[in-house]
Amino acid sequence: MTATAKTSSMTLSVKFAQFWTLIKPLQTGLLLATGVAGYMSAHAKVSIPLLLVMSASLFLAISGSTIMNMWHDHDIDAKMKRTQKRPAASGELSRAEVFNVGMLITLLGVGWAVVIDPLYGLVVFAGWFFDVVVYTLWLKRRTCWSIVWGGISGAMPILAGRVLAVGGIEMIGLLLAGAVLFWIPTHTLTFSIKFANDYNAAGVPTFPSTYGMETTRAVIALSSIIAAASIGVAGVMIGVQAGILRLLVVLSSGLLLLSFATVFRPSERVNFSLFKYASLYMLISMILLSI
Amino acid sequence: MKMTSIDRLLLLLTGLLAGYQVAVGINGLGTVPITAYTIGFGVLLVAGLLLIILGFDVLDSPIVVIVSTIIPLSLSLGLVWEHLASYRTLYLIFAIIGFLAVSFTRSIPIKNKLPTIMIAIVHGIAGMTIFLLPSVLAANGTRHPVFALVGLGGALIGLGGLLLSFLKAGKPIVPRETILKIIPGLFLLMTACFVAGFKFG
Repeated sequence: MTATAKTSSMTLSVKFAQFWTLIKPLQTGLLLATGVAGYMSAHAKVSIPLLLVMSASLFLAISGSTIMNMWHDHDIDAKMKRTQKRPAASGELSRAEVFNVGMLITLLGVGWAVVIDPLYGLVVFAGWFFDVVVYTLWLKRRTCWSIVWGGISGAMPILAGRVLAVGGIEMIGLLLAGAVLFWIPTHTLTFSIKFANDYNAAGVPTFPSTYGMETTRAVIALSSIIAAASIGVAGVMIGVQAGILRLLVVLSSGLLLLSFATVFRPSERVNFSLFKYASLYMLISMILLSI
Repeated sequence: MKMTSIDRLLLLLTGLLAGYQVAVGINGLGTVPITAYTIGFGVLLVAGLLLIILGFDVLDSPIVVIVSTIIPLSLSLGLVWEHLASYRTLYLIFAIIGFLAVSFTRSIPIKNKLPTIMIAIVHGIAGMTIFLLPSVLAANGTRHPVFALVGLGGALIGLGGLLLSFLKAGKPIVPRETILKIIPGLFLLMTACFVAGFKFG
Protein backbone atom coordinates (compact mmCIF):
# COMPACT_ATOMS: atom_id res chain seq x y z
CA MET A 1 0.00 0.00 0.00
CA THR A 2 1.39 3.45 -0.90
CA ALA A 3 1.83 6.18 1.70
CA THR A 4 -1.01 8.19 0.12
CA ALA A 5 -3.39 5.23 0.20
CA LYS A 6 -2.49 4.53 3.84
CA THR A 7 -3.13 8.15 4.81
CA SER A 8 -6.46 8.25 3.01
CA SER A 9 -7.55 4.97 4.63
CA MET A 10 -6.63 6.35 8.06
CA THR A 11 -8.51 9.57 7.32
CA LEU A 12 -11.55 7.55 6.34
CA SER A 13 -11.47 5.49 9.54
CA VAL A 14 -11.05 8.65 11.65
CA LYS A 15 -14.01 10.24 9.86
CA PHE A 16 -16.06 7.11 10.38
CA ALA A 17 -15.25 7.15 14.10
CA GLN A 18 -16.20 10.83 14.33
CA PHE A 19 -19.53 10.31 12.59
CA TRP A 20 -20.14 7.18 14.65
CA THR A 21 -20.03 9.28 17.83
CA LEU A 22 -22.35 11.80 16.15
CA ILE A 23 -25.13 9.23 15.75
CA LYS A 24 -25.13 8.46 19.52
CA PRO A 25 -24.87 4.69 18.98
CA LEU A 26 -26.47 3.69 22.29
CA GLN A 27 -29.50 5.95 21.86
CA THR A 28 -29.87 4.99 18.20
CA GLY A 29 -29.52 1.32 19.14
CA LEU A 30 -32.22 1.62 21.77
CA LEU A 31 -34.62 3.35 19.35
CA LEU A 32 -33.84 0.73 16.73
CA ALA A 33 -34.63 -1.96 19.31
CA THR A 34 -38.05 -0.37 19.85
CA GLY A 35 -38.65 -0.48 16.09
CA VAL A 36 -37.75 -4.17 15.93
CA ALA A 37 -39.96 -4.81 18.97
CA GLY A 38 -42.84 -3.00 17.26
CA TYR A 39 -42.46 -5.31 14.26
CA MET A 40 -42.06 -8.47 16.35
CA SER A 41 -44.96 -7.55 18.66
CA ALA A 42 -47.38 -8.53 15.89
CA HIS A 43 -46.30 -12.14 16.54
CA ALA A 44 -46.93 -12.90 12.88
CA LYS A 45 -44.62 -14.99 10.71
CA VAL A 46 -41.37 -13.04 10.74
CA SER A 47 -39.88 -12.20 7.35
CA ILE A 48 -36.13 -12.00 8.02
CA PRO A 49 -35.33 -10.05 4.81
CA LEU A 50 -38.08 -7.53 5.63
CA LEU A 51 -36.87 -7.27 9.22
CA LEU A 52 -33.33 -6.62 7.99
CA VAL A 53 -34.26 -3.91 5.49
CA MET A 54 -36.57 -2.33 8.05
CA SER A 55 -33.74 -2.24 10.59
CA ALA A 56 -31.33 -0.80 8.05
CA SER A 57 -33.71 1.94 6.88
CA LEU A 58 -34.68 2.79 10.45
CA PHE A 59 -31.04 2.89 11.54
CA LEU A 60 -30.21 5.31 8.72
CA ALA A 61 -33.23 7.56 9.38
CA ILE A 62 -32.58 7.73 13.14
CA SER A 63 -28.86 8.32 12.56
CA GLY A 64 -29.68 11.03 10.02
CA SER A 65 -31.93 12.90 12.42
CA THR A 66 -29.35 12.63 15.22
CA ILE A 67 -26.61 14.02 12.98
CA MET A 68 -28.89 16.88 11.90
CA ASN A 69 -29.53 17.61 15.57
CA MET A 70 -25.77 17.71 16.19
CA TRP A 71 -25.35 19.96 13.14
CA HIS A 72 -27.83 22.52 14.38
CA ASP A 73 -26.89 22.37 18.08
CA HIS A 74 -23.12 22.59 17.64
CA ASP A 75 -23.10 26.00 19.38
CA ILE A 76 -25.09 24.74 22.38
CA ASP A 77 -22.96 21.61 22.61
CA ALA A 78 -19.79 23.72 22.59
CA LYS A 79 -20.98 25.52 25.75
CA MET A 80 -21.71 22.36 27.73
CA LYS A 81 -18.95 20.37 29.42
CA ARG A 82 -20.68 17.10 28.69
CA THR A 83 -20.92 17.69 24.95
CA GLN A 84 -18.15 20.11 24.02
CA LYS A 85 -15.89 17.31 22.76
CA ARG A 86 -18.41 16.12 20.19
CA PRO A 87 -16.83 16.42 16.73
CA ALA A 88 -19.43 18.91 15.50
CA ALA A 89 -19.03 21.10 18.59
CA SER A 90 -15.25 20.95 18.78
CA GLY A 91 -14.84 21.79 15.10
CA GLU A 92 -13.18 18.46 14.21
CA LEU A 93 -15.89 18.13 11.59
CA SER A 94 -16.99 21.15 9.58
CA ARG A 95 -20.62 22.23 9.69
CA ALA A 96 -21.01 21.67 5.95
CA GLU A 97 -19.63 18.16 6.27
CA VAL A 98 -22.00 17.29 9.11
CA PHE A 99 -25.00 18.78 7.26
CA ASN A 100 -24.20 16.96 4.02
CA VAL A 101 -23.70 13.58 5.64
CA GLY A 102 -26.77 14.08 7.85
CA MET A 103 -28.97 14.88 4.87
CA LEU A 104 -27.52 12.08 2.75
CA ILE A 105 -28.13 9.47 5.45
CA THR A 106 -31.61 10.89 6.06
CA LEU A 107 -32.52 10.68 2.38
CA LEU A 108 -31.20 7.15 2.17
CA GLY A 109 -33.07 6.04 5.30
CA VAL A 110 -36.39 7.76 4.68
CA GLY A 111 -36.28 7.03 0.95
CA TRP A 112 -35.61 3.35 1.58
CA ALA A 113 -38.44 3.26 4.12
CA VAL A 114 -40.90 4.72 1.59
CA VAL A 115 -39.84 2.14 -0.97
CA ILE A 116 -40.36 -0.69 1.54
CA ASP A 117 -43.87 0.50 2.40
CA PRO A 118 -45.36 3.98 1.92
CA LEU A 119 -47.18 4.12 5.28
CA TYR A 120 -44.12 2.80 7.10
CA GLY A 121 -42.07 5.41 5.27
CA LEU A 122 -44.50 8.14 6.29
CA VAL A 123 -44.20 7.20 9.98
CA VAL A 124 -40.40 7.09 9.70
CA PHE A 125 -40.44 10.50 8.04
CA ALA A 126 -42.75 11.83 10.77
CA GLY A 127 -40.17 10.72 13.36
CA TRP A 128 -37.41 12.56 11.49
CA PHE A 129 -39.60 15.66 10.97
CA PHE A 130 -40.63 15.92 14.64
CA ASP A 131 -37.06 15.47 15.80
CA VAL A 132 -35.24 17.74 13.37
CA VAL A 133 -37.77 20.41 12.41
CA VAL A 134 -40.18 20.67 15.37
CA TYR A 135 -37.89 19.73 18.26
CA THR A 136 -34.42 20.83 17.18
CA LEU A 137 -34.95 23.75 14.81
CA TRP A 138 -38.14 25.22 16.26
CA LEU A 139 -38.73 24.50 19.95
CA LYS A 140 -35.60 23.32 21.77
CA ARG A 141 -34.27 26.81 22.43
CA ARG A 142 -37.70 28.31 23.11
CA THR A 143 -39.53 26.08 25.58
CA CYS A 144 -38.89 23.19 27.94
CA TRP A 145 -42.01 21.56 26.50
CA SER A 146 -39.98 20.76 23.41
CA ILE A 147 -39.28 17.38 24.98
CA VAL A 148 -42.87 16.36 24.27
CA TRP A 149 -42.15 16.68 20.55
CA GLY A 150 -38.80 14.97 21.01
CA GLY A 151 -40.78 12.24 22.75
CA ILE A 152 -43.25 11.93 19.88
CA SER A 153 -40.32 11.59 17.54
CA GLY A 154 -38.80 8.89 19.74
CA ALA A 155 -42.11 7.03 19.70
CA MET A 156 -42.17 6.77 15.92
CA PRO A 157 -39.73 3.85 15.43
CA ILE A 158 -41.87 1.45 17.48
CA LEU A 159 -45.00 2.64 15.67
CA ALA A 160 -43.21 2.28 12.33
CA GLY A 161 -42.21 -1.30 13.14
CA ARG A 162 -45.76 -2.15 14.18
CA VAL A 163 -47.22 -0.48 11.07
CA LEU A 164 -44.92 -2.49 8.82
CA ALA A 165 -45.98 -5.72 10.53
CA VAL A 166 -49.76 -5.18 10.66
CA GLY A 167 -50.22 -2.86 7.69
CA GLY A 168 -51.86 0.03 9.48
CA ILE A 169 -52.02 2.25 12.55
CA GLU A 170 -54.05 0.59 15.32
CA MET A 171 -54.60 0.79 19.06
CA ILE A 172 -51.72 -1.47 20.09
CA GLY A 173 -49.29 0.50 17.93
CA LEU A 174 -50.47 3.74 19.51
CA LEU A 175 -50.17 2.27 23.01
CA LEU A 176 -46.62 1.11 22.31
CA ALA A 177 -45.82 4.56 20.94
CA GLY A 178 -47.42 6.06 24.07
CA ALA A 179 -45.21 3.88 26.26
CA VAL A 180 -42.07 5.21 24.58
CA LEU A 181 -43.44 8.76 24.55
CA PHE A 182 -43.96 8.69 28.32
CA TRP A 183 -40.75 6.79 28.99
CA ILE A 184 -38.72 9.52 27.31
CA PRO A 185 -39.37 12.19 30.01
CA THR A 186 -38.22 9.67 32.64
CA HIS A 187 -35.00 9.41 30.70
CA THR A 188 -34.45 13.01 29.57
CA LEU A 189 -35.70 14.79 32.70
CA THR A 190 -33.45 12.78 35.01
CA PHE A 191 -30.67 13.72 32.60
CA SER A 192 -31.62 17.41 32.71
CA ILE A 193 -31.56 17.28 36.52
CA LYS A 194 -28.10 15.70 36.49
CA PHE A 195 -26.72 18.26 34.02
CA ALA A 196 -28.86 21.25 35.06
CA ASN A 197 -25.83 23.57 35.24
CA ASP A 198 -24.71 22.61 31.75
CA TYR A 199 -28.13 23.35 30.27
CA ASN A 200 -28.32 26.66 32.16
CA ALA A 201 -24.89 27.65 30.84
CA ALA A 202 -26.03 26.96 27.29
CA GLY A 203 -29.33 28.79 27.82
CA VAL A 204 -31.47 25.77 26.95
CA PRO A 205 -34.81 25.89 28.80
CA THR A 206 -35.43 22.70 30.78
CA PHE A 207 -38.08 21.56 33.22
CA PRO A 208 -35.75 22.01 36.22
CA SER A 209 -34.86 25.57 35.19
CA THR A 210 -38.46 26.50 34.34
CA TYR A 211 -40.55 24.71 36.98
CA GLY A 212 -37.98 23.70 39.60
CA MET A 213 -36.69 20.32 40.74
CA GLU A 214 -39.76 19.30 42.74
CA THR A 215 -42.16 19.67 39.83
CA THR A 216 -39.70 17.97 37.51
CA ARG A 217 -39.47 14.99 39.84
CA ALA A 218 -43.26 14.79 40.04
CA VAL A 219 -43.46 14.82 36.23
CA ILE A 220 -40.87 12.03 36.09
CA ALA A 221 -42.92 9.91 38.49
CA LEU A 222 -46.16 10.58 36.61
CA SER A 223 -44.69 9.83 33.19
CA SER A 224 -43.16 6.61 34.56
CA ILE A 225 -46.57 5.48 35.79
CA ILE A 226 -48.15 6.18 32.41
CA ALA A 227 -45.27 4.52 30.51
CA ALA A 228 -45.45 1.40 32.69
CA ALA A 229 -49.24 1.27 32.39
CA SER A 230 -49.07 1.67 28.60
CA ILE A 231 -46.57 -1.17 28.29
CA GLY A 232 -48.71 -3.36 30.56
CA VAL A 233 -51.94 -2.69 28.65
CA ALA A 234 -50.17 -3.14 25.31
CA GLY A 235 -48.75 -6.43 26.60
CA VAL A 236 -52.24 -7.65 27.55
CA MET A 237 -53.71 -6.57 24.20
CA ILE A 238 -50.85 -8.20 22.29
CA GLY A 239 -51.59 -11.36 24.23
CA VAL A 240 -48.16 -12.01 25.74
CA GLN A 241 -47.91 -15.05 28.00
CA ALA A 242 -48.84 -14.67 31.68
CA GLY A 243 -45.22 -15.24 32.73
CA ILE A 244 -43.97 -12.45 30.48
CA LEU A 245 -46.67 -10.21 31.88
CA ARG A 246 -45.50 -11.02 35.43
CA LEU A 247 -41.97 -10.11 34.44
CA LEU A 248 -43.18 -6.82 32.96
CA VAL A 249 -45.02 -6.07 36.20
CA VAL A 250 -41.85 -6.78 38.22
CA LEU A 251 -39.68 -4.54 36.04
CA SER A 252 -42.34 -1.81 35.98
CA SER A 253 -42.50 -1.95 39.79
CA GLY A 254 -38.76 -1.27 39.88
CA LEU A 255 -39.25 1.74 37.61
CA LEU A 256 -42.12 3.07 39.72
CA LEU A 257 -40.24 2.59 43.00
CA LEU A 258 -37.24 4.50 41.69
CA SER A 259 -39.52 7.23 40.32
CA PHE A 260 -41.20 7.62 43.70
CA ALA A 261 -37.79 7.61 45.36
CA THR A 262 -36.81 10.62 43.22
CA VAL A 263 -39.88 12.44 44.53
CA PHE A 264 -39.72 11.49 48.21
CA ARG A 265 -36.02 10.78 48.74
CA PRO A 266 -34.29 12.78 46.04
CA SER A 267 -30.53 12.39 45.68
CA GLU A 268 -27.93 12.35 42.95
CA ARG A 269 -27.64 8.59 43.30
CA VAL A 270 -31.35 7.89 43.02
CA ASN A 271 -31.56 10.21 40.03
CA PHE A 272 -28.69 8.45 38.28
CA SER A 273 -30.05 5.00 39.03
CA LEU A 274 -33.45 5.97 37.61
CA PHE A 275 -31.76 7.26 34.46
CA LYS A 276 -29.85 4.01 33.97
CA TYR A 277 -32.68 1.73 35.04
CA ALA A 278 -35.14 3.46 32.68
CA SER A 279 -32.93 2.62 29.68
CA LEU A 280 -32.52 -0.97 30.79
CA TYR A 281 -36.25 -1.21 31.50
CA MET A 282 -37.16 -0.05 28.01
CA LEU A 283 -34.71 -2.44 26.37
CA ILE A 284 -35.89 -5.46 28.38
CA SER A 285 -39.57 -4.54 27.90
CA MET A 286 -39.05 -4.37 24.16
CA ILE A 287 -37.45 -7.82 24.15
CA LEU A 288 -40.29 -9.22 26.27
CA LEU A 289 -42.99 -7.80 24.01
CA SER A 290 -41.26 -9.42 21.05
CA ILE A 291 -41.29 -12.93 22.52
CA MET B 1 -15.07 -1.39 46.76
CA LYS B 2 -15.27 -1.34 42.98
CA MET B 3 -17.37 -3.97 41.27
CA THR B 4 -15.47 -6.16 38.81
CA SER B 5 -16.70 -7.41 35.44
CA ILE B 6 -16.97 -10.90 36.92
CA ASP B 7 -19.21 -9.53 39.70
CA ARG B 8 -21.43 -7.86 37.09
CA LEU B 9 -21.57 -11.07 35.05
CA LEU B 10 -22.57 -13.10 38.12
CA LEU B 11 -25.28 -10.57 38.98
CA LEU B 12 -26.51 -10.55 35.39
CA LEU B 13 -26.80 -14.34 35.46
CA THR B 14 -28.63 -14.05 38.80
CA GLY B 15 -31.05 -11.58 37.20
CA LEU B 16 -31.59 -13.82 34.20
CA LEU B 17 -32.29 -16.84 36.40
CA ALA B 18 -34.66 -14.85 38.61
CA GLY B 19 -36.38 -13.49 35.49
CA TYR B 20 -36.72 -17.02 34.11
CA GLN B 21 -38.25 -18.18 37.37
CA VAL B 22 -40.81 -15.35 37.33
CA ALA B 23 -41.69 -15.85 33.65
CA VAL B 24 -41.58 -19.62 33.30
CA GLY B 25 -40.59 -21.44 36.48
CA ILE B 26 -43.78 -20.91 38.48
CA ASN B 27 -46.37 -21.49 35.79
CA GLY B 28 -49.26 -23.70 36.83
CA LEU B 29 -49.21 -22.86 40.54
CA GLY B 30 -52.04 -21.22 42.49
CA THR B 31 -52.58 -17.46 42.63
CA VAL B 32 -51.02 -16.89 46.06
CA PRO B 33 -47.82 -18.95 45.47
CA ILE B 34 -47.39 -17.33 42.04
CA THR B 35 -47.78 -13.88 43.59
CA ALA B 36 -45.42 -14.71 46.46
CA TYR B 37 -42.72 -16.21 44.24
CA THR B 38 -43.10 -13.36 41.74
CA ILE B 39 -42.45 -10.87 44.54
CA GLY B 40 -39.49 -12.85 45.91
CA PHE B 41 -37.72 -13.48 42.62
CA GLY B 42 -38.83 -10.09 41.29
CA VAL B 43 -37.09 -8.31 44.16
CA LEU B 44 -34.01 -10.44 43.49
CA LEU B 45 -34.12 -9.46 39.81
CA VAL B 46 -34.55 -5.72 40.41
CA ALA B 47 -31.95 -5.75 43.21
CA GLY B 48 -29.49 -7.50 40.89
CA LEU B 49 -30.07 -4.89 38.17
CA LEU B 50 -29.60 -2.04 40.64
CA LEU B 51 -26.40 -3.60 41.94
CA ILE B 52 -25.10 -3.82 38.37
CA ILE B 53 -26.05 -0.18 37.72
CA LEU B 54 -24.94 1.39 40.99
CA GLY B 55 -22.28 -0.98 42.25
CA PHE B 56 -21.86 -2.09 45.86
CA ASP B 57 -22.61 1.43 47.14
CA VAL B 58 -26.29 0.58 46.87
CA LEU B 59 -25.83 -1.83 49.79
CA ASP B 60 -25.21 1.16 52.05
CA SER B 61 -28.80 2.30 51.58
CA PRO B 62 -31.01 1.88 54.68
CA ILE B 63 -33.72 0.33 52.50
CA VAL B 64 -31.54 -2.77 51.91
CA VAL B 65 -32.60 -4.31 55.24
CA ILE B 66 -36.28 -3.92 54.37
CA VAL B 67 -35.84 -5.20 50.81
CA SER B 68 -33.78 -8.17 51.95
CA THR B 69 -36.64 -9.12 54.28
CA ILE B 70 -39.11 -9.35 51.39
CA ILE B 71 -37.21 -12.17 49.65
CA PRO B 72 -37.28 -14.83 52.41
CA LEU B 73 -40.75 -13.80 53.57
CA SER B 74 -42.34 -14.12 50.15
CA LEU B 75 -40.53 -17.33 49.19
CA SER B 76 -41.42 -18.98 52.49
CA LEU B 77 -45.04 -17.86 52.11
CA GLY B 78 -45.17 -19.49 48.68
CA LEU B 79 -43.78 -22.74 50.07
CA VAL B 80 -46.13 -22.80 53.06
CA TRP B 81 -49.14 -22.05 50.85
CA GLU B 82 -48.21 -24.90 48.53
CA HIS B 83 -47.31 -27.53 51.09
CA LEU B 84 -48.76 -26.69 54.52
CA ALA B 85 -52.41 -25.97 53.76
CA SER B 86 -53.45 -25.78 57.42
CA TYR B 87 -50.94 -23.01 58.17
CA ARG B 88 -51.73 -20.82 55.17
CA THR B 89 -53.69 -18.07 56.86
CA LEU B 90 -51.48 -18.04 59.93
CA TYR B 91 -48.31 -17.73 57.84
CA LEU B 92 -49.85 -15.07 55.59
CA ILE B 93 -50.65 -13.00 58.68
CA PHE B 94 -47.10 -13.57 60.00
CA ALA B 95 -45.59 -12.50 56.64
CA ILE B 96 -47.63 -9.30 56.48
CA ILE B 97 -47.10 -8.35 60.13
CA GLY B 98 -43.43 -9.35 59.96
CA PHE B 99 -42.80 -7.17 56.94
CA LEU B 100 -44.66 -4.22 58.44
CA ALA B 101 -42.81 -4.62 61.74
CA VAL B 102 -39.37 -4.66 60.09
CA SER B 103 -40.30 -1.69 57.87
CA PHE B 104 -41.71 0.27 60.81
CA THR B 105 -38.83 -0.37 63.21
CA ARG B 106 -36.34 0.53 60.48
CA SER B 107 -38.14 3.70 59.41
CA ILE B 108 -38.25 5.49 62.76
CA PRO B 109 -35.33 6.18 65.09
CA ILE B 110 -35.40 3.61 67.92
CA LYS B 111 -32.48 3.46 70.32
CA ASN B 112 -33.13 0.04 71.89
CA LYS B 113 -32.58 -3.38 70.30
CA LEU B 114 -36.13 -3.79 69.01
CA PRO B 115 -35.21 -3.36 65.30
CA THR B 116 -32.53 -6.04 65.56
CA ILE B 117 -34.79 -8.40 67.50
CA MET B 118 -37.55 -7.90 64.93
CA ILE B 119 -35.20 -8.74 62.05
CA ALA B 120 -33.86 -11.78 63.88
CA ILE B 121 -37.38 -13.13 64.48
CA VAL B 122 -38.70 -12.49 60.97
CA HIS B 123 -35.55 -13.67 59.14
CA GLY B 124 -35.17 -16.59 61.52
CA ILE B 125 -38.68 -17.98 61.00
CA ALA B 126 -38.74 -17.31 57.24
CA GLY B 127 -35.21 -18.66 56.73
CA MET B 128 -35.87 -21.83 58.73
CA THR B 129 -39.11 -22.38 56.81
CA ILE B 130 -37.36 -22.14 53.44
CA PHE B 131 -34.56 -24.39 54.63
CA LEU B 132 -36.51 -27.03 56.52
CA LEU B 133 -39.75 -27.39 54.57
CA PRO B 134 -38.22 -28.40 51.19
CA SER B 135 -35.63 -30.55 52.96
CA VAL B 136 -38.32 -32.46 54.85
CA LEU B 137 -40.53 -32.80 51.77
CA ALA B 138 -37.58 -34.15 49.79
CA ALA B 139 -36.52 -36.48 52.61
CA ASN B 140 -39.96 -38.03 53.21
CA GLY B 141 -40.55 -38.58 49.51
CA THR B 142 -43.40 -36.09 49.10
CA ARG B 143 -41.27 -34.30 46.51
CA HIS B 144 -38.35 -35.38 44.34
CA PRO B 145 -35.02 -35.37 46.23
CA VAL B 146 -33.80 -32.49 44.02
CA PHE B 147 -36.39 -30.29 45.73
CA ALA B 148 -33.95 -30.19 48.66
CA LEU B 149 -32.00 -27.68 46.56
CA VAL B 150 -34.70 -25.15 47.43
CA GLY B 151 -33.79 -25.74 51.07
CA LEU B 152 -30.13 -25.22 50.23
CA GLY B 153 -31.12 -21.96 48.52
CA GLY B 154 -32.90 -21.03 51.73
CA ALA B 155 -29.78 -21.71 53.75
CA LEU B 156 -27.77 -19.53 51.37
CA ILE B 157 -30.38 -16.77 51.70
CA GLY B 158 -29.88 -16.97 55.45
CA LEU B 159 -26.12 -16.67 54.97
CA GLY B 160 -26.57 -13.73 52.58
CA GLY B 161 -28.93 -12.00 54.99
CA LEU B 162 -26.48 -12.56 57.81
CA LEU B 163 -23.58 -11.10 55.80
CA LEU B 164 -25.65 -8.07 54.77
CA SER B 165 -26.70 -7.57 58.39
CA PHE B 166 -23.04 -7.65 59.43
CA LEU B 167 -22.34 -5.06 56.78
CA LYS B 168 -25.15 -2.82 58.03
CA ALA B 169 -24.08 -3.27 61.66
CA GLY B 170 -20.88 -1.37 60.85
CA LYS B 171 -18.68 -3.82 62.77
CA PRO B 172 -18.65 -6.92 60.58
CA ILE B 173 -16.93 -10.00 61.97
CA VAL B 174 -16.03 -10.76 58.36
CA PRO B 175 -14.22 -7.88 56.58
CA ARG B 176 -16.40 -5.73 54.31
CA GLU B 177 -14.24 -6.54 51.27
CA THR B 178 -14.70 -10.26 51.84
CA ILE B 179 -18.47 -9.88 52.15
CA LEU B 180 -18.65 -7.86 48.94
CA LYS B 181 -16.49 -10.41 47.15
CA ILE B 182 -18.80 -13.22 48.20
CA ILE B 183 -22.18 -11.54 47.62
CA PRO B 184 -22.49 -11.79 43.77
CA GLY B 185 -21.47 -15.47 43.72
CA LEU B 186 -23.69 -16.21 46.69
CA PHE B 187 -26.68 -14.55 45.00
CA LEU B 188 -26.12 -16.60 41.84
CA LEU B 189 -25.68 -19.88 43.71
CA MET B 190 -28.74 -19.21 45.84
CA THR B 191 -30.91 -18.35 42.81
CA ALA B 192 -29.58 -21.32 40.83
CA CYS B 193 -30.49 -23.65 43.73
CA PHE B 194 -34.02 -22.25 43.85
CA VAL B 195 -34.55 -22.45 40.10
CA ALA B 196 -33.12 -25.99 39.84
CA GLY B 197 -35.05 -27.14 42.91
CA PHE B 198 -38.34 -25.84 41.58
CA LYS B 199 -37.76 -27.10 38.02
CA PHE B 200 -36.46 -30.59 38.72
CA GLY B 201 -37.91 -31.20 42.16
